[in-house]
Amino acid sequence: MPVIDVQSDLDSRTLSIIADFAAPVERIWQVYADPRQLEKVWGPPSYPATVVDHDLKPGGRVTYFMTGPEGDKHSGYWLVTAVDEPRSFEFEDGFANPDFTPNTDMPVSGNVFTFTAHEGGTRAVYVSTYATAEGLQQVLDMGVVEGASQAINQIDELVA
Amino acid sequence: MSERDEDQADALFHALADRTRRDILRRVLRGEHSVSVLAAKYEMSFAAVQKHVAVLERAGLLTKRRSGREQLASGDVEAVRSVASMLAELEQVWRGRIARIDELIALDNDKQQ
Repeated sequence: MPVIDVQSDLDSRTLSIIADFAAPVERIWQVYADPRQLEKVWGPPSYPATVVDHDLKPGGRVTYFMTGPEGDKHSGYWLVTAVDEPRSFEFEDGFANPDFTPNTDMPVSGNVFTFTAHEGGTRAVYVSTYATAEGLQQVLDMGVVEGASQAINQIDELVA
Repeated sequence: MSERDEDQADALFHALADRTRRDILRRVLRGEHSVSVLAAKYEMSFAAVQKHVAVLERAGLLTKRRSGREQLASGDVEAVRSVASMLAELEQVWRGRIARIDELIALDNDKQQ
């Protein structure tokens, strides 16, 4: 598995993950810059994602929905706040109404993704922060995690 | 999650959403403290500290016992672990995404060969 370090901080409700990928920084950037690739990695197999709008520029928006096993749709959006192609970008990730307007009842996470060249590949650092512990709990209750462990098991079987 | 678990999770996160309560919890996780000794550590009234202790107790993060005139509080390590387990769930989401990126870029190499 490419994940090399995970740190969570209860006080700041922050999750930081470091992963090493066997591909250049520009290739990893492409995963986020290309909506068709982004949707392949964003949702777990049981909740596949479809990216609708995709404007990876400061002030731009990315919108997506995930489709559940019962045909249920869950919409979300990114509000892009900073972009330094291909090294880093920052965005707020929130839940959206079916028309992709932000669902202001739901918590928003602040995210910083950073990619640097490392030993012939790319070291990616993902930092995700929730403003409140209630917000974090709400996200977990919403079933964002459904199917995630299942997805990991599937991949493990694939590469075994 | 059952209804009871949900209520418990609400109480847990409410209790931890306050800086003073997290600080009290850190102290009582290291060992039993009397409430009056705890109260002396903060620039607030004894009653205010007692209220914070009560919120932690209702959330199941802390237990109290009486010893003479003193109230002694200690932290419940297992309850604190359950908060950590919620962060661990979120970690699984991210691990899934990373594994899928890895899989996607592995397909590039297959195409080249």
